[in-house]
Amino acid sequence: MSLKIKALTKSPWVYHLCAGGSCNNCDIEILDCLTPRFDVERFGVTLIGSVRHADALLVSGIVTKKTAPLVKQIWEQAPKPCLVVAIGGCACSQGMFKDCYTANPVPLDELIPVHAYVPGCPPKPETMIAGIVKLLGSLTK
Amino acid sequence: MSDRRIIPIGPYHPLQEEPELFRLEVDGETVVDLDVEVGWNHRGIEKLCETKTYDQVPFVVERICGICSTSHPLAYVQAVEDAGNIEVPERALYIRTLVAELERLHSHLLWVGLAGHFLGYNTVWMWSWKYREPILDICETVTGNRNHYAMMKVGGVRRDILPEHVDYILSRLPEIEKFADLIKGAVLDDPVLHARLKGVGVMTADDIHDYGAVGPTSRASGVPGDVRRDDPYAAYGLVDWDVICVPQGDVFAKAVVRVLEMYETIKIIKGCLEKMPAGEIDSKPKVVAPGEGIGRHEAPRGEVFHYVRSDGTNRPIRHKIRAPTYVNLPTYKTSVIGESITDATIILAAIDPCYCCTERMAVYKHKGDPNEPIMTGSDLVRLSQEKTARLRKEFGL
Repeated sequence: MSLKIKALTKSPWVYHLCAGGSCNNCDIEILDCLTPRFDVERFGVTLIGSVRHADALLVSGIVTKKTAPLVKQIWEQAPKPCLVVAIGGCACSQGMFKDCYTANPVPLDELIPVHAYVPGCPPKPETMIAGIVKLLGSLTK
Repeated sequence: MSDRRIIPIGPYHPLQEEPELFRLEVDGETVVDLDVEVGWNHRGIEKLCETKTYDQVPFVVERICGICSTSHPLAYVQAVEDAGNIEVPERALYIRTLVAELERLHSHLLWVGLAGHFLGYNTVWMWSWKYREPILDICETVTGNRNHYAMMKVGGVRRDILPEHVDYILSRLPEIEKFADLIKGAVLDDPVLHARLKGVGVMTADDIHDYGAVGPTSRASGVPGDVRRDDPYAAYGLVDWDVICVPQGDVFAKAVVRVLEMYETIKIIKGCLEKMPAGEIDSKPKVVAPGEGIGRHEAPRGEVFHYVRSDGTNRPIRHKIRAPTYVNLPTYKTSVIGESITDATIILAAIDPCYCCTERMAVYKHKGDPNEPIMTGSDLVRLSQEKTARLRKEFGL
């Protein structure tokens, strides 16, 4: 296992990125993962304020026309290797907002590389944790 | 020379859950002006609703906002029932009230937690979100999901509340009351919170009237506006509860209103469970008659308003939404200006803003020559590029 992968999987720091057209529910459930019942901070997973320190991006919501350049810019600012997890139905497949006039014609996974999809509306905190654990497991294999 | 600087907060900022941009103009430490830019979150839900049938729309409006995910469908189904004169069985009214109040309970706890987080007082955040979990457990047991309950339906509700659900809710309520006492003690008697929140971001009753603010924002300034009491719907007129109203108008008063409202909510839930009659939960309407109707609901953040126009087909031909943050947002002009930059964050958070609710679109009527074509975004980009090219030519670049 390379040093980079080891550092990435040891205690991933995550940056939460609401891609725009989201209903806030996935965002709240991401925060919920940090609070006492789920408490992923026990394992060194912590939410950070700057994308420049991030090991993983948690993206929620559809990409709208207005946010598309920002999402791309934030991905470019992230130090590589950086994992991208699409949280929720909107981020995975644009969900019910697919035909909206503000939805970006290029969906999230064509705009930036996506490494894992966590579907659900909203996915339960357990689902998100399971998704991230699986993603990290696939890296160390 | 002025010492004014502009401090941008957003569109992506670690404190915010969703993209929005505040431009705080500061003179030293004092905020002298502010501007809010939204629009990143606009999805075009009103337009989307016009392409869905009456039974599909509740699922769409539920996803306007994840925290008010019962408020929007409730206001919408009331608007459709108003337009088509549809009767609703009494049991369904009680179930609607029950779910709406469970939502208010978890939303207020969520705000208390986030307010603590914004103050840098993460202990409050962790504790209040810990006690939010039992309420989400109840929601999951009763409705099948932690959020996005999908309970509302034109003519009734989608799922019944079974006797074992009633027993379960009643068995968890004492625990939640104990948590509410704990939160009340921890938040309202905390010297740190008193020092940070009292006298900060004061809004007078006149300000509230001027801006038309609603919900806990208005009730914290001594204006007892509450749709549940002023225009009773669902089962709010049938159970016993009080409107919480305090006169101070600062951020602390807003916290007091929300914490005390949790007790009223528990009272309403108990009343609903006690008085809920047996019977049908759905009147199964077949058609919505042509007409127009409005629906109002007191969401945790204030009054949410839906307007639906029907032409007798199976889809609404117009659906208009006004969310509480839409009217509460401009009050920043009175509450933030003149305060210090450190207090600005908590004042911005005090109205419990929800930008995904607010992202509605305004249409400007085209006033010029009727034959003149209306420009789209790409037309403007093209014009701008043409002008740049022209200027380059002019200056010989």
